Amino acid sequence: MSEILVEERKIVVPGEVLASGLDYVPGENCYREEHQIFSKLLGIVNVSGRVIKVIPLSGPYLPKVGDKIIGRIMDITFSGWRVDTNTAYSAMLNVKDATTRFIKKEEDLSKILAIDDYVIVGIVNVTSQRLIDVSMREPGLKKIQGGRIIEINSQKVPRVIGKKASMITLIKEKTGCEITVGQNGLIWVLGTPEGEVRAERAIKMIEEKSHLSGLTEKIESFLGGNQ
Amino acid sequence: MVYRERLDGRKNNELRPMEAKTKVIPNAQGSASFKIGRTWALAAVYGPREIYPKFLADPKKGILRCHYSMMPFSGSGERIRPGSSRRAQEIAMVMTKALEPVVDLSQYPNSVVDVFVELPQTDAGTRCAAITAASMALADAGIPMKDLVSAVAVGMADDKIIADLTYKEEHINEFNEESKQAVVSDIPIAMIHHTKELTLLQMDGEISKENLMKALKLGQEAIEKVHQVQIAALKEYFKEGSHGN
Amino acid sequence: MVTNVKAVKELALLDKRLDLRPFTEYRQPIQIETDLSWTAEGSAKVTIGKTVVMAGVKLSLEKPYNDTSDQGGIMINAELLPLSSSEYEPGPPGIKAVELARVTDRGIREAKAIDLKALCIVPGERAWFVTVDIISINDDGNLFDAANLATLAALKVARFPQVDPKTWAIDYKQKTAKYLPLIKEPVSVTIYKIKGKLLVDPLIEEEKSAEARLTVSIDKNSTISALQKGGEGTLTLTEVDTIIDLAIEKAKELRAVLEQVSLP
Repeated sequence: MSEILVEERKIVVPGEVLASGLDYVPGENCYREEHQIFSKLLGIVNVSGRVIKVIPLSGPYLPKVGDKIIGRIMDITFSGWRVDTNTAYSAMLNVKDATTRFIKKEEDLSKILAIDDYVIVGIVNVTSQRLIDVSMREPGLKKIQGGRIIEINSQKVPRVIGKKASMITLIKEKTGCEITVGQNGLIWVLGTPEGEVRAERAIKMIEEKSHLSGLTEKIESFLGGNQ
Repeated sequence: MVYRERLDGRKNNELRPMEAKTKVIPNAQGSASFKIGRTWALAAVYGPREIYPKFLADPKKGILRCHYSMMPFSGSGERIRPGSSRRAQEIAMVMTKALEPVVDLSQYPNSVVDVFVELPQTDAGTRCAAITAASMALADAGIPMKDLVSAVAVGMADDKIIADLTYKEEHINEFNEESKQAVVSDIPIAMIHHTKELTLLQMDGEISKENLMKALKLGQEAIEKVHQVQIAALKEYFKEGSHGN
Repeated sequence: MVTNVKAVKELALLDKRLDLRPFTEYRQPIQIETDLSWTAEGSAKVTIGKTVVMAGVKLSLEKPYNDTSDQGGIMINAELLPLSSSEYEPGPPGIKAVELARVTDRGIREAKAIDLKALCIVPGERAWFVTVDIISINDDGNLFDAANLATLAALKVARFPQVDPKTWAIDYKQKTAKYLPLIKEPVSVTIYKIKGKLLVDPLIEEEKSAEARLTVSIDKNSTISALQKGGEGTLTLTEVDTIIDLAIEKAKELRAVLEQVSLP
C-alpha cells in the first residue's frame, strides 16, 4: 500500500522519507531505495500526480544551453575571452561570438572587453565535462556598464523572476531600475543609487523568504509606494 | 569498580546538551555551528568550485575535501601552535571518508567541494562534532546527499559503557591512584541515518569484543539524538518567525 | 565572489557608498560577545555588519627575555581562515594575515596597554607571557577594526589561571578572579580612501576599491599610539590630518561599545 508521508511544500532534509510503496515515482532530487522514496536535498516537497520531487532551497548552478547568465571577464586569449561564471566552470567567449563587426587579427581584444568587465551572455554549448561556450550576439546580450551586480543563490532565480515575470516587473516598477537576471544567480541592477539599494534589498528578501507563503505581499509592502 | 557514576551526573546513554544552527557564515555556500557540551565546531562549505591543484581533478565527479583545525585557544591546556598537525590531517581524512558515502557529486566533474571545520573550544568528541557540523553545512549548501551523517563518541570508562565521553572521562585513569587501573576506550563513530551503516569507526584504548559490540549498539541509539538536532537546525532557519521571517 | 569595484568608485565620486551609508558611519550594531571559549583565558567575538572576528587569549609562564628581565610579554597572531572567505587558502598566514597581526600588535604594544612589569613573577626567571590569536570567521570588510576590538575585549575579560606555587604547574581549567593588567584600551580606527573620499568601516568591496588606508590607534585621551598606512596609493598631509580627526571621533564610539563589556 503506497502512501505519501509528507505534505506538499514541507521542508525536508537529505535522507528524509517522502513516500513508501511502489506507486510513486522519484522525481528530481529524490531517489528510491526498495520501497521508500527519499529526499537528496534540503528543499521543499512537490507532488505532481505520481511524481515526487524536491525543490532545492539552495545549491550550485548547473549551466544549460539556452540560459542567459552574467559573468566576469577573467582572462583574454588569442581567440577571445575566458568568462568567470561564478561556478566551478568558466566559459569561453569567442571573438566571433562577441560582436557582429569584423575583428582584425592584430586588434587588441582588451579594448572590446577588458578583465573584470561584466557581460550578459547566452550559453550556446555545454560539454559533458562542463566546458562552456557562450555568445554575446543575441539581442539583450552585451557588456555591462554602470549599475551594480548582486549575487543570489541560483536556485532562487525563478522566484525573483516570478510567474510570467510578475515579481521582477514589480521590483523594476517600484524602484525605477533596469534589472537583468542571470540564471547563474548574478543580477545586474541599474538605476539611481537609492533605487538600486531598494531593489537589492527586495531581491535579498525574496532569496531569504522564498519558501514562505505570501511572498508577493511581503515584497509589495516592503517596496511600498512609489520611490 | 572505580567509576561509580558519571562525573557530570549523566546516564550512560545520555549525551551532553547540544546546540546547532545553520547559515552562520554568510560568505560560505553553506555553514553550520554544532556544540555538544563544551566541544564546539564551526563548518563552512565552499563549492563546487574550480579545483587546485589541477591534477586532483576527477573527470567523472566532484571531489569532497575536508579540512580540520583547532583554534590556538581551543585546547584544554596550553596554547596550540597554529599550523597543521598530523592529528589534524588524519581527522580531516576520516571526516572526508565519513561523508563521501552519502555525498553525490556526479553532476560536478572536475570540481571540488571544500568543507572547512574550525573548533573554538574543545572537550573531547572533536572529530564527531566536526563530522556532524560538516554534514549540516553540506546540506545547507544544497549539495545532494543520500542522507545526513551523524557522529558521536562511545566507549568504556572502567566498567561502564557510555556515550559521549568528556575529556575527563577519556583520561579517567589519570585521576588518582585508585583510578590508575581503570580501563578506558574511546570509540568515535559516524553513521548514515536510515541505513545505520557506519562511515567512521575508530578506537583508542582497550576493550573486549563483547563490550565493543555493546558500545556500538549504544552508539547507534545515541546517534539518533544527534540526528534530531541536525534536522531541527536545518529546518529552523526556514520557519516562519525565525530570524526576521 | 562578486565585487562591484567600478560601482564603488563611481558612487564615491558622487559622495555615496554602495549601501548608502554616510562615509563616517559604522555598520550597526557593533556587537561584542565575550567569554565564548571556555578553554581560552579570555575570548571575544566582534560582529560589525556581516564581518565576524574572534580573539582568544592564552597565557603561559616563561623565562623573561634577557634585555627585559623584569617583564612578561605579549604577542598577537592572526589567521585569515579559508572558512571566512573564498579568498583565503589553507596554509601558513599570508602577508594579509601577518599585516593584520602586526598592526593590531603595534596598537596594543606601543600604547603599553598591558603592564608588562606586572606580568613578572620572579625577575629573570618567570613571567607571564600573553598570546592573543585573532581568527576571522566571516570577512565582509574592516577586519582591522574588528580584530582590534576583539583583541581588547578578550584581554579585558582574561583572567590568570591557577598556578601551583611550588611546582609552577598551571591548571588551565581553574581560572582565578585576577584579571590581566590591561591599563589602557587603545582603540583602532581604519580609514580608507576611495577616489579621494575618506570613509570608515568599509565593506569588502570598498576595501578592494580603495587607493589607500590608514589605521590609527587612539588612546582615551586622544593620544595616537600607532599608525599604519596601507594600499598602493598615497596620502597627503591634509588627508592625514583629516583622517586623524575622524579617527579620534570614531574611537569614542568604539570605546563606548567596548565599555559595555561586562567582566565575568
